[in-house]
Amino acid sequence: MATILERRELTPVTKLFVVRAPLVARNARPGQFVIVRVDEHGERVPISLTDFDPEAGTVTLVVQEVGKTSGLICRLEEGEEMLDLAGPLGQPAPLPDTGHAVLVGGGFGAGAVHPIARELRRRGVRVTSIVGARTAELLILRELLEPESDEYLPCTDDGSLGFKGFTAQLLGQMLDEGAGFTVCYAIGPMAMMRAVAETTRPYRVKTLVSLDPIMLDGTGMCGACRVSIGGETKFACVDGPFFEAHAVDFDQAVVRSKMYVDEERLAVELAAAGR
Amino acid sequence: MPIVYPTKIEMPALDPVERRETWDEVAVGYTVERALAEARRCVQCQDPVCEQGCPVGVPIRAFVRRVALGDFEGAAALIRTKNVLPAICGRVCPVEHQCEARCSVRGRFDPVGVGRLERFVADWERANRANGGAPAVAPRPEKIAIVGSGPAGLTAASDLVQLGYQVTVYEALHAIGGVLRYGIPEFRLPKAIVDEDVERLRALGVDFETNVIIGKTVTIDELLGDLGYAAVFVGTGAGSPKFMNVPGENLKGVYSANEYLTRVNLMRAYSFPEYDTPVKRPTRAAVIGAGDTAMDAARVSIRLGAKETHVVYRRTQAEMGARAEDFKRCGEEGAIFDWLTAPVRFLGDDNGCVRAMECIRMELGEPDESGRRRPVPVEGSEFTMEANLVVIALGTNPNPLIPLTTEGLETNAHGCVVVDPETGRTSREGVYAGGDIATGAATVILAMGAGRRAATAIDEYVRSRAAAAA
Ligand SMILES: Cc1cc2nc3c(=O)[nH]c(=O)nc-3n(C[C@H](O)[C@H](O)[C@H](O)COP(=O)(O)OP(=O)(O)OC[C@H]3O[C@@H](n4cnc5c(N)ncnc54)[C@H](O)[C@@H]3O)c2cc1C
Ligand SMILES: Cc1cc2nc3c(=O)[nH]c(=O)nc-3n(C[C@H](O)[C@H](O)[C@H](O)COP(=O)(O)OP(=O)(O)OC[C@H]3O[C@@H](n4cnc5c(N)ncnc54)[C@H](O)[C@@H]3O)c2cc1C
Ligand code: SF4
Ligand code: SF4
Ligand code: FES
Repeated sequence: MATILERRELTPVTKLFVVRAPLVARNARPGQFVIVRVDEHGERVPISLTDFDPEAGTVTLVVQEVGKTSGLICRLEEGEEMLDLAGPLGQPAPLPDTGHAVLVGGGFGAGAVHPIARELRRRGVRVTSIVGARTAELLILRELLEPESDEYLPCTDDGSLGFKGFTAQLLGQMLDEGAGFTVCYAIGPMAMMRAVAETTRPYRVKTLVSLDPIMLDGTGMCGACRVSIGGETKFACVDGPFFEAHAVDFDQAVVRSKMYVDEERLAVELAAAGR
Repeated sequence: MPIVYPTKIEMPALDPVERRETWDEVAVGYTVERALAEARRCVQCQDPVCEQGCPVGVPIRAFVRRVALGDFEGAAALIRTKNVLPAICGRVCPVEHQCEARCSVRGRFDPVGVGRLERFVADWERANRANGGAPAVAPRPEKIAIVGSGPAGLTAASDLVQLGYQVTVYEALHAIGGVLRYGIPEFRLPKAIVDEDVERLRALGVDFETNVIIGKTVTIDELLGDLGYAAVFVGTGAGSPKFMNVPGENLKGVYSANEYLTRVNLMRAYSFPEYDTPVKRPTRAAVIGAGDTAMDAARVSIRLGAKETHVVYRRTQAEMGARAEDFKRCGEEGAIFDWLTAPVRFLGDDNGCVRAMECIRMELGEPDESGRRRPVPVEGSEFTMEANLVVIALGTNPNPLIPLTTEGLETNAHGCVVVDPETGRTSREGVYAGGDIATGAATVILAMGAGRRAATAIDEYVRSRAAAAA
C-alpha cells in the first residue's frame, strides 16, 4: 500500500500526488512508470513517474481523469492509500551526454518529461521544453519543469499564454528556423506524439515517444501492450515505453487503444449513476 | 488378492450444460463413501511403483491405506511429509503421466485414483482443520529471499520457514500464487484453496511482499548485499507469451492465453463491470494450441458466452499436451477440436477487430527433434474460420528480467536459468532457482519438487557458511 502524502489539484481534471514508495523511488530512472490499483475491484493502470526522491522515499504521479479508474485515483485524498503501486517499470529513457534536447509535453506529459529534463541537464545537455495546453489556466507544472529547462516555451490553443497553437507547430517553426536539436522526446496524447513524429521526420531529428498502450501486468507477461515498431512486435511495458517515433505504427496503436471503448463508457456511466 | 473394482469410482461433477453458466468448480470431489471405495481398489503392492511416478515421492501406498481405514488425518499427515500443496496437486497433477501411469493395476483395470484421493484427503483436512500449526523450530537468524510466488517459490518458502529461517517472498503481481492465481481458472482450482495455502504459510511466519519486481524494484545483488539476505531462490516461472508472428496478430480481439486468463482469473473480468477490468466476450472463439492452457482458454470462452468454441491444433490428439481429464471436460462443455489445422493469418473488420482466421490443414510427416511427427502444410487446403475472439496458447518462455539484471547468472539457449537439477544451484553463489524458470513451462508438481530440493540445498549452504564463519 502506498500512502498519499500530498495531493494537489492542477486542473479540474488533473491531480498531482506525492506518494510514499521508498523501494520504487530508490531505483527509479527517468522515463519509467508504475502500475497502480486503487481497490480490490480495481484495474491495474500505468502511470508515469513525474518525480522521484530516493531520500524522501517518495514518487510523484500526475493523473488526468479520462475514465473510471483515473477518476477513482483523482478522487483519492491526502492520507489515503493506493492499494497497489508497483515499479519502477519499463526501460529508462535512453539519454545522451551531449547535444541539445527538445522535450515536448502535453496532458500528463507536461509532468512526465520532468525527470528527463533534470537528468539531461545534469549530464550537460541543453534542454528546451515545449509544453502545451488548451488555455493558460490548464497549463500545468511550469514551476517544476521551468527550473530544469534552459528554455521553457508554453503553447496554448487559444494563445492566452506563449505560442498560439499546438506544440508540434511551434516545434516545426523552430526546426524551420534552424534550431539545432539533436534529440526530441515527446510524452502526451497519441495525436500529439504522432504530430511531433511527423514534424521531426523530415529533419531527421532522433525522436523518442513514450507509447501508452493498454497494459495489464506491466511486467512482460501478457502482451496486451504490444506495439509495432518498424514492423516488429514489441511489448511496451518491458521493451519501452520509449520507442523511435519514426518507426512506430501509430495507426495500429490508435486502433488498439480503442479496444474497450464500449466497456469504458459503460464503466463511467455506472460510476456516475453511483452503481 | 482382494477383488478389484475394474473402474475408478466416479467423481461427481457439475452437469456440462449447467457449467456453461457458472465459474464454480466442475469436479465436486469424493464423498467419504466414494473415497473409501476408491482407496480399497488399491492392492497395497509390495513394491509401490506408483510412488516412482510422483515427482515429489508422496508415500502413496501408505496414505491410500490410511484412507481405506478411514484415518484421514493420518493420511493427510503422510502426504504432507512430501507435498505442502496437496489440495492443489490433487486437482491439477497430470496423473495419467505421473503416479497413476505407474499404478500396477493399470492395464487390466483403471489405475487407482491417486490424485482424486489426494484431493479428498486435503479437502477433508481443510474442512476439519486438522494438523494446525507446524512443530515449533528454533529460529535461525538468516534471512532468505524467495523471488516469485508460484508453486516453486511457495514450496521453498514453506520448507525454509519450517527450518527456522526468516523468509520473505517477493512477488511482482499484487496477488500470491503465480499460475495458480492468474492462469488456472476458478472452475478447475478455486482461488479459496490457494488463499488458504497462502494463509497457512503466513501463519508459519512467511512474509509476503507483493508489487515487488525483482530486477526492477530491487535487484538480486541488492538482496544479497544491502538487504542482507543469506541466499535467494528464484522461482519466477516461464511467463513470457509466445506469439506466431503472422499477419493480423495485433488485431483487437487476439489475445495471448496469459492475457486472456489473467484478465479473467486475476482481475475477475468475468464480473465486469462489478470488477473494473474488461475482457471481450466472444460469440465464436478460436483457441490455438492444445495444452492445459488451451483447454482453460476454451472453457473460459464457453463461460463468457461463446456460441461456438474451436480448439485449433496443428498436430493430433495423440500429441496434445493437455491433461486427459481437462480435455474430456472441455469436450463435454461443447468445444470443437480441429486437429491438424494451423492459422496462417488473422482477418479484421473495418474497426480493426478480428473477424476470422485463414487456416491451413496439416499432415504429419517425419519425426522432428522432439520425437513427434512434424506437421506439414497440405498445399491448397486453406480455408477461413470465423472467430471474433482468438486466443494464442502456444506456450511461454522464461521471463528474461532476472537474467538480464543479474550479472553472472548463466542461462541456456532457451533463456532458462541453468541449475544443478539436484540442488537448484545456479552459476551465482547464494542464488538458487527452480520451477519453470529453470525447466521451461512444465507442471505444478515439478515446480514444487524443485522448490523443495533447493530449500534443502539452501539450508546446507547457509549452515556451512555459518559454520565456516564461526
Ligand atoms: C507507460 C504509460 C504511462 C502513462 N502515464 C500516465 C500518467 O502519468 N498520467 C495519466 O494520467 N495517465 C497515464 N497513462 C495513461 C493511463 O494509464 C490511462 O489513462 C488509464 O489507464 C485510463 O484508465 P481509465 O479507466 O481512467 O480510462 P478508460 O476509460 O479505461 O480509458 C480511457 C483511455 O485510457 C486508455 N487505457 C485504458 N485502460 C488502460 C490501461 N490499463 N493501460 C493503459 N491505457 C489504458 C484507453 O486506451 C483509453 O483511450 C499512461 C499509460 C502508459 C501506458
Ligand atoms: C493456464 C495454465 C494451466 C496450467 N495447468 C496445469 C495443470 O493443470 N497441471 C499442472 O501440473 N501444471 C499446469 N500448468 C503449468 C504450471 O502452472 C506451471 O508449470 C507452474 O505454475 C510453474 O510454477 P513456478 O513456481 O515455476 O512459476 P509460476 O507459477 O509461473 O510463478 C512465478 C511467479 O513469479 C512471479 N515473478 C516473475 N518474475 C518476477 C520478478 N522478477 N520478481 C518477482 N516476481 C516475479 C510471477 O508473477 C509469478 O507469480 C498450467 C499453466 C498454465 C499457464
Ligand atoms: S503429488 Fe501429484 S503425482 Fe504425486 S501422488 Fe499426488 S497427484 Fe500423484
Ligand atoms: S501401484 Fe497402484 S495398487 Fe499398487 S500401491 Fe500404488 S496405487 Fe496401490
Ligand atoms: S502489459 Fe502485459 S506484457 Fe506489457
